[in-house]
Amino acid sequence: MAKAKSEFSVIGKSLPRVDAGDKCTGRTKYADDLRLPRMVYGKILPSIHPHALIKKIDVSRAEKLPGVLGVITGRDLPIQFGIMPTSQDEHALALDRVRYVGEPVVAVAALDEETAEEALLLIDVQYEPLKAVMSLEDAINIKEPRIHDYGPEGNLHKIVSIDFGDVDGGFGEADHIREDVYFYQGNTHLPMEQHSAVASWNPSEEKMTIWSATQTPHYVHRALAKVLELPDHKIRVVAAPVGGGFGGKDDPFSHEICACKLSMLIGRPIKITLTREEVFYAHRGRHPVLMWVKTGVTKDGKITAMHFKSFLDGGAYGSYGPASIYYTGALQTVTYKIPNYRFQAIRAFTNKPACGPKRAHGTPQPRFAIERQLDRLAEDLKLDPIAIRQKNMTGPNHVTVNWLKINSNGSKECTEEVLKASGWKTKFGKLPKGKGIGFALSTYICGAGLPIYWNELPQSEVQIQVDRSGLVTAFSGAIDIGQGSNTVLASLVAEVLGLYQTDVSLVTADTDLTPIDLGTYSSRVTMMMGHAAIDAAMKVREPIFEAAAEEMDVSIEKLEARDRVIFDKENPENKLSFKDAAQLAEAKFGPIGAVGSYKPAPKIGQYKGSGVGPSPAYSFSTCVAEVDCDAETGEVKVEKIWIAHDIGRALNPLSVIGQVEGSVYMGLGEVLMEEQDFRKNLHKIPSLLDYKSLTFKEMPPVETILVETDEPNGPFGAKEAGQGPLSPVIPAVANAVYNALGIHIDEIPITPEKVLKALEEKKKGNPPRVGPKGIPSYNFPEPVKVEVPAEWKR
Amino acid sequence: MLRLPKFQYLTPQNINDACKILADQGPAAMIVAGGTDIYPKMKRRQFLPKTLIGLRKIDDLDRISGSAKSGLTLGASATLTEVSSHSVVQESYAGLAKAAGAVSTPILRNMGTIGGNLCLDTRCNYYDQTHHWRQAIGWCMKAPSGKGWPVLQDSKLNQSGVPCRVAPGSSRCWAVSSTDSAPMLIALGAKLKLIGSKGERVISVKDLYNDDGMFYLSKAHDEILTEIQLPPSDGIKSTYWKLRRRESFDFPVLGVAVALKQAKDGTVEHAKVVLGGIGSCPFEMAEAQNILTGKRLTENQIEAASQSVFNPARPLDNTDFHLFYRKRMAPVYLKRALTELATMGSNV
Amino acid sequence: MFYTGAVGTAKTKGGLLESQKTLITLQINGERYEVAVTVNKTLLEILREDLDLTGTKHGCEVGECGTCTVLINDQPILSCLTLGVEIQGQKITTIEGLEQNGKLHPIQQAFIELQAAQCGYCTPGMLLSSKALLDENKNPSQDEIKEALSGNLCRCTGYWKIIEAVELTASRLGASKE
Repeated sequence: MAKAKSEFSVIGKSLPRVDAGDKCTGRTKYADDLRLPRMVYGKILPSIHPHALIKKIDVSRAEKLPGVLGVITGRDLPIQFGIMPTSQDEHALALDRVRYVGEPVVAVAALDEETAEEALLLIDVQYEPLKAVMSLEDAINIKEPRIHDYGPEGNLHKIVSIDFGDVDGGFGEADHIREDVYFYQGNTHLPMEQHSAVASWNPSEEKMTIWSATQTPHYVHRALAKVLELPDHKIRVVAAPVGGGFGGKDDPFSHEICACKLSMLIGRPIKITLTREEVFYAHRGRHPVLMWVKTGVTKDGKITAMHFKSFLDGGAYGSYGPASIYYTGALQTVTYKIPNYRFQAIRAFTNKPACGPKRAHGTPQPRFAIERQLDRLAEDLKLDPIAIRQKNMTGPNHVTVNWLKINSNGSKECTEEVLKASGWKTKFGKLPKGKGIGFALSTYICGAGLPIYWNELPQSEVQIQVDRSGLVTAFSGAIDIGQGSNTVLASLVAEVLGLYQTDVSLVTADTDLTPIDLGTYSSRVTMMMGHAAIDAAMKVREPIFEAAAEEMDVSIEKLEARDRVIFDKENPENKLSFKDAAQLAEAKFGPIGAVGSYKPAPKIGQYKGSGVGPSPAYSFSTCVAEVDCDAETGEVKVEKIWIAHDIGRALNPLSVIGQVEGSVYMGLGEVLMEEQDFRKNLHKIPSLLDYKSLTFKEMPPVETILVETDEPNGPFGAKEAGQGPLSPVIPAVANAVYNALGIHIDEIPITPEKVLKALEEKKKGNPPRVGPKGIPSYNFPEPVKVEVPAEWKR
Repeated sequence: MLRLPKFQYLTPQNINDACKILADQGPAAMIVAGGTDIYPKMKRRQFLPKTLIGLRKIDDLDRISGSAKSGLTLGASATLTEVSSHSVVQESYAGLAKAAGAVSTPILRNMGTIGGNLCLDTRCNYYDQTHHWRQAIGWCMKAPSGKGWPVLQDSKLNQSGVPCRVAPGSSRCWAVSSTDSAPMLIALGAKLKLIGSKGERVISVKDLYNDDGMFYLSKAHDEILTEIQLPPSDGIKSTYWKLRRRESFDFPVLGVAVALKQAKDGTVEHAKVVLGGIGSCPFEMAEAQNILTGKRLTENQIEAASQSVFNPARPLDNTDFHLFYRKRMAPVYLKRALTELATMGSNV
Repeated sequence: MFYTGAVGTAKTKGGLLESQKTLITLQINGERYEVAVTVNKTLLEILREDLDLTGTKHGCEVGECGTCTVLINDQPILSCLTLGVEIQGQKITTIEGLEQNGKLHPIQQAFIELQAAQCGYCTPGMLLSSKALLDENKNPSQDEIKEALSGNLCRCTGYWKIIEAVELTASRLGASKE
């Protein structure tokens, strides 16, 4: 399918995004911009307790308030839901028990938002407080009360214990072994757009339509069908353009379900838009993860074995947790050859907003740990930190010990490029005091090999319709959340049909009108929707080319299409406009349209947990961070970031650079300041002022280098860009801080306080380190032994 | 969307009328100038005034007049943008240009006024939260129920029985003075004019403040701050250093304002050092001033003066950054401020 | 009486005051709008909910993000912290007014070309702050751009494409004048 780049006419160019005009003129209608006739407003009463039984809810005063149209409680929505089949543990409104401060308890519909808000103040909820479980240690130690009545024991949600290869033997072969402990603080997505949904029940059709700021209309559809007990075809979910997601709008949410239920109750459209504080409670952000990693290496730095333990603080619900836990262990082997690998993990329930998938889901945490530890191992062995990585880096066409198949692999090229651009050799170890430089490598999946609900169905489908005017319309369930999927869709269809990107009209993310796409998560859209789009476009091209070949009197194999013209490659003067060819084809074959689809090849590993990690392809990113540290104030100023990203092929280079720069920005936020922090059982800082995110003034220059490796499994060779480049930024900065000041900050964010504390320890002659002291003592079950791929058998 | 509660909005055309409404309505009426402090607090239900008195219609309240030689007068309604970009302020009261220009963001400085910044409500991360959040934590001394100002206005407020969440055993509120301009104006020796229903008075900026998070302003409720009077600049050099996590948006969690005058030979004739952001009012650092006065700004003098503010700086844990970090930064920031002034050419 | 402007008469309900609506006149994007509002309505609410000018977005409504930025007399201000009754007679510019007769403002053109908008939610505010800067400073340095835009948060772009778009616009506007 892949053609040489010189022949592409649309892709590979930095064309403007197809939706940029609307976004830059205020025309884009986000969910909260919608208003329907007779529409009313909803508000949701949040819990004021982290953990309590609901003894009684009295809504009578609220119901009597003029302007209030309806009030619902957990009793009205008793069916549980959740994003994964194994995490059906949520209620749209708390039923009998609240599990975090901010959890939705009662929903009110009123003529205007002020009245709904006023009604909330008139609701009397009687609680019986329970002991709150606020930390990992609590969750492991407090057996009762249990936050949920499922999970292996007490407040543990899930436990993993798994072995690949002969781990003890591997450590036996090591000349040197290190054990380190790291902590990665939780943080949140903080999209500028607050979640919003408009639901409209049509009683005569008995049909629900909801417009929502969601990354996953398909899963909202599933959850609504289940909770509302409506047949699938009586629900239409339209994802409005999303004003930022980053994984924060990947789950079905309470406000979506409540809007639907209230609309059914009162027979009018209703809108519920969350406040900024409520967005912090909806969360599903980065899990706080405590990690212990033990790695054995030979004298020359070759890894012989790794044992990785992670402890995830999951918050109050399952969400994507059953996947998150595996992601903290899955991709260690994709960047480095680890012949013997043990992974053990716990995800615990705590009385805090649920954690879930934030950009690079579950992988920045272990990446921080292993990239920090590699620098330490290098120092122990007196090796260069780059050399130790190069010694262990995976290459193309590699199968990992945990059965992940890598095709293209640009990690070596990315390393060379980023070192060259940053002037690493002239800087490492040679910068003046207080200045430092650090390196890290990371990887990410291009779509999960398995869908959330395991089935044999395609994961993405695209339909194309050709109009006799020469216009082409592409229908796809994929939702553009700012990552640029609409532009990818238009550009791929245009490329195959030889049209301009602007010739392709789009209908997206509407479960009534568009074929399915599972959603914007796990960096799957370019890969999966892209293939489906190419597949559909190739299918519509066939009759058009056939009709053109006949008209031009040339064999179909000689035809090519570009710039709205179909021509004979050998005799370009023999040509026909796309429009004319489309009309000829329509006359000959009837209406021209086709559907295309994509389903990844089956995974190759066969063990419990093998569903997390497999992907059609893996992107690779390397990062060099240069920092200037102020030893007096502890401030870490990132002076510049160089990042090289193996994109496979850049379908739209400017879009890719935009994703990379955005990832760098978000990674810097995580390493320098962002924290989902709790105090006295409450989110400490649920506001845009106090939850610190980088402003223009903190953002350093970024130099992005795109490395193209032409991924055989990618659409025209492309891989992902939206998530992977976040991960190496965090350890690169931490390594640079060590390089600058000789201190180890082993928990992020790296705040000035921690820098000063580490410097003090250093001054006192103690280990110059700030970080967790250890891990909870917990006896993991005996690891499940997985048979390793043939390549790794001894 | 967070929305404003209902209120009556009045726009008197002169100060006396405004004072009269305040006197008539008492605490049920509040003044609004730029609105950047009061509207968020109304949206979060800390303030529920029945009447808002807008000052926008009052002529000349935003006028900046005078000169460096005679002293500069800033109308209380002059925006922070107008103050920080004013040529005389920039040339002769550089510390004020810096302080006013460091408030929040450029957009908020287009709205917020110098008078508003001086009267800025004290801040605390147990208090500056939503109604729901404060209810969940069980309220706090400064706002001991969800009813908000003016129901909660009388001086028995601190006997509500609701503890201060930062210092639960304390009999007072520890909310933090978070104005950037006040420490600088105090260091510059500025005065301000208050007009009330019973007449007008001029007090030093320093005297506007009480060391109390709840009753942080000494002015009567019906007194309106109308102008700030800067003394003749008289060769005084000034600067302001602000500690905050980000270079925009954030309130000071330590502000160091320094103004000093040097003789031709470099001897410090007069020094003022004022810290903001570490307690419920700005604090003058007497020891540092003593150390500096009569000596040259040598490295040793700077070091000694800086170290002297470590003990008196006593922040609590109710803002961004660890409290001990803020304390530790007080000498560092003062040292940097003094070093900046020491290396600065004499002010013409 | 001694006051003018919007005066609400009040009847008490639930401890709060319920004010009557006032007819106000706003000059938005060169057009005159008359709208009846209660005095507590912010410009943000009036634009979005009364006038259907939903191009103005909101991210916190308490002055902590810059998303709802509009121009008043060509200066960026936050519509979430401005009452409708306070700005009668003043020149208000929203994102809908940046385009003139179907022709994009050069800053919009540059945002489109350089992909300075990703999710697009902060974009209206960014564009208006950028325009105000360029109106005042024809050739801003990178530091001046960062300063002028430092009251607008963005979570997608990492800011650089926005800075580059402002620089590109400045160079184009400069070139067109020469």
